[in-house]
Amino acid sequence: MFAYLVRRLFLMLVTLFGISIVIFFLLRIVPGNIVDILFAAAGYVDPADKANLEKELGIDRPLIVQYWHWISGFLRGDLGYSYVSEKPALQEILPRIPITARLAGLALLFSASIGIPLGVISAVKQGTKLDYALRVVSLSGLSLPSFWLGLLILTASVAMFGQMPIFNPNPQTWLEAFATYAVPAAAVGFRSAALTMRITRSSMLEVLRQDYIRTARAKGASEAAVNYHHALKNAILPVITVIGIEAAFLIGGLIVTETVFNIPGVARFLVEAIRWRDYPIVQNLVMFIAVVVVFANFTVDMLYAVFDPRIRYTD
Amino acid sequence: MRSVWALAAMAALSVLTASTATLAGEPKQGGILRMYHRDSPGNASIHEGATYSLNVPFMPVFNNLVIYKQDVAQNSMDSIVPELAESWAWVNDNKTLTFKLRQGVKWHDGKPFTSADVKCTFDMLMGKAQQKFRQNPRKSWYDQVVDISTNGDSEVSFNLKRPQPSLLALLASGYTPVYPCHVSPAEMRTHPIGTGPFKFVEFKANESIKLTRNPDYWRKGRPYLEGIELTIIPNRSTAILAFVAGKFDMTFPTEVTIPLVKDVKQQAPNAICEIAPTNVSTNIIVNSSSPPFDNVDIRRAMAMALDRKAFISIMFEGQGDIGGTMLPPPNGLWGMPKEMLETIPGYGPDVKANREEAKKLMQKAGYGPDKHLAVKVSTRNIPIYRDPAVILIDQLKNIYIDGELDVVETANWFPKVARKDYMIGLNLTGNAVDDPDQSFYENYSCGSERNYTNYCNKEIEKLFDVQSQETNVEKRRKLVWDIDKKLQEDVARPIIFHSRMGSCWQPYVKGITIMTNSSYNGYRYEDVWLDK
Repeated sequence: MFAYLVRRLFLMLVTLFGISIVIFFLLRIVPGNIVDILFAAAGYVDPADKANLEKELGIDRPLIVQYWHWISGFLRGDLGYSYVSEKPALQEILPRIPITARLAGLALLFSASIGIPLGVISAVKQGTKLDYALRVVSLSGLSLPSFWLGLLILTASVAMFGQMPIFNPNPQTWLEAFATYAVPAAAVGFRSAALTMRITRSSMLEVLRQDYIRTARAKGASEAAVNYHHALKNAILPVITVIGIEAAFLIGGLIVTETVFNIPGVARFLVEAIRWRDYPIVQNLVMFIAVVVVFANFTVDMLYAVFDPRIRYTD
Repeated sequence: MRSVWALAAMAALSVLTASTATLAGEPKQGGILRMYHRDSPGNASIHEGATYSLNVPFMPVFNNLVIYKQDVAQNSMDSIVPELAESWAWVNDNKTLTFKLRQGVKWHDGKPFTSADVKCTFDMLMGKAQQKFRQNPRKSWYDQVVDISTNGDSEVSFNLKRPQPSLLALLASGYTPVYPCHVSPAEMRTHPIGTGPFKFVEFKANESIKLTRNPDYWRKGRPYLEGIELTIIPNRSTAILAFVAGKFDMTFPTEVTIPLVKDVKQQAPNAICEIAPTNVSTNIIVNSSSPPFDNVDIRRAMAMALDRKAFISIMFEGQGDIGGTMLPPPNGLWGMPKEMLETIPGYGPDVKANREEAKKLMQKAGYGPDKHLAVKVSTRNIPIYRDPAVILIDQLKNIYIDGELDVVETANWFPKVARKDYMIGLNLTGNAVDDPDQSFYENYSCGSERNYTNYCNKEIEKLFDVQSQETNVEKRRKLVWDIDKKLQEDVARPIIFHSRMGSCWQPYVKGITIMTNSSYNGYRYEDVWLDK
């Protein structure tokens, strides 16, 4: 097991190194840079001013030198300075991480706590009106884009309550803090909950037809014990995989949700940084996201072993 | 007896009503003005930007030497008042503009304001100082200034090559604050220090901008507000909904489209909304350096094919203005009168007849029903650019021109225009000051960095100088009309329309004046107060 862990960690480092190269060079392939954008905003170009600014920001140097400067700094914990705000990149990124982490965590919690139980109920009550209703809910969750759902929630809140659940940077109470995150988390988690529900349902349906379930029932086990102890435990593996993948994909959903609910998190910040070609911010943020995704995959692999005793990671 | 009591009661009531009315009209101190901001400005230095996204949040931090009176909607020479200057005078045959400076003014960090700060600011703007701005988009405004001289701490003079009455107008713009000598341009980009009514507190990119009252402001009793907070909300739907829900006291100024103003009035009937010209024109830039647009007939035909009213109806529900380079009257001071405008080819009311003429010109150039001219219409990938470009393509079909929309990301738009990698472009030109000097020299003079089409007519350029030196306003106006007419006839940069946009605020916000011939100059906010 230890050797497996070391090998996985080594592979993770290689993956992250590869990602760093891809991020760095892809960013440079995209036409235009921060200097172009600044001069476009000012509506003129003075070639001398432009050259000075490129020199000041270091984007006139050979790409390999720029890459080395970034990656060596990254390894030392020096993320450089934002081209736009001229503040240290770390200072810009760090305060935004907890905001997005809370939002993503709540969205995943919403997804699992709604999706898994409803998926089980839908499978157990297969073919009933309740099953059909739940399937309609899950289908709508998959069909509604989160930005549209978010706008719908905002419009309905204003029309019905005259209130608007947009981000409050200084919540006074625990409840206010919860409300700040809960509504956008529900908007982004709805799609994920729908997917979790569908996977749970189909996985449960497969397991519920197994012989050992019939045996459990024959032994006199209660329906709840059969469904949740015997069936769900074995049906949960694909669900964990999906939740793991969803955790990685969540960042895409968060970009629009953070925009619609005006949440100053990492996802929206990333889009703005890309728009400005703020290389230090984009590179470091994407690396951060890559690290999160790689570790999420690693955690999912480890959870397999916890939930399924037949899986053992050996040399 | 009863009637006596009734009279007394009525008298008491009217006294009470009158006193309440007086109280309601009396400005109140305190409160934070909450607004949303449409985007996150790149930095906080007004001198280094060319968007009013910078002026709105940071103009309250500064003072100018002179400023357009903040409660007068139309900017003009008559509405210019002293600010850091106490008075000004033209001397030396109108070639020197001297300012007597206000005494006892302090920068927000406590240091005294002196004439050296004025000299520093304008030396930097002219590129003569050791310290440099990273970008200096309005350097050309000071082309006629030879140098700045000081006489002690309280007098400063602008020495000019030739008379230029409009220099005062340029100095009154929201784009012309005085910067402190002792703070570097880099610091001014992140933490601006001014002498203005509000002090800078913080700017969190993509999040918020906060200003607080300057208790040592030289104008006693001002500002009324305790502070100003701008929340950055790039998503327009979210921002408008938040305003309707009462989260904000005011929308971002001149940013609400006409249909959205209607929406706001429907959802928040008490909100006060004003629609005003922004002095931003939508125009066509033509690459006349390469075929087929090196042929003036094709350029003329294109200009004559425009149905300007249709653009305004579709985009602004009829609330826009047709004009030449200068914003048309009554809001614009220098625009041609309607009768003169309609004599220019393509501006006549009979669009069908104009297009028939245009077709003839196209046929003369070798195009017709069987041979269409295929062009790419390039523009920025932003709705205010993209939408009129689509209408333009549709209108050009009427004269055998088949346009294809080429949307360009902002980062690539300007480099593309600069290297002339376009055939036709749809462009927006904003004018910070309603004055011909700013508009003509910036956009049409030979070699100007913002003259994207490289239009160069030495004869016209001489006329630019003539009007610029003219001190008689009426004479200057006639000269400006002639120049503007000639520019339109030359198809230098065909103007399609001048836009109008809305601003809304809650009824308890008092002292807001939306300027009607510039959207860059009215954000000092020292007279704004909250009646709640």
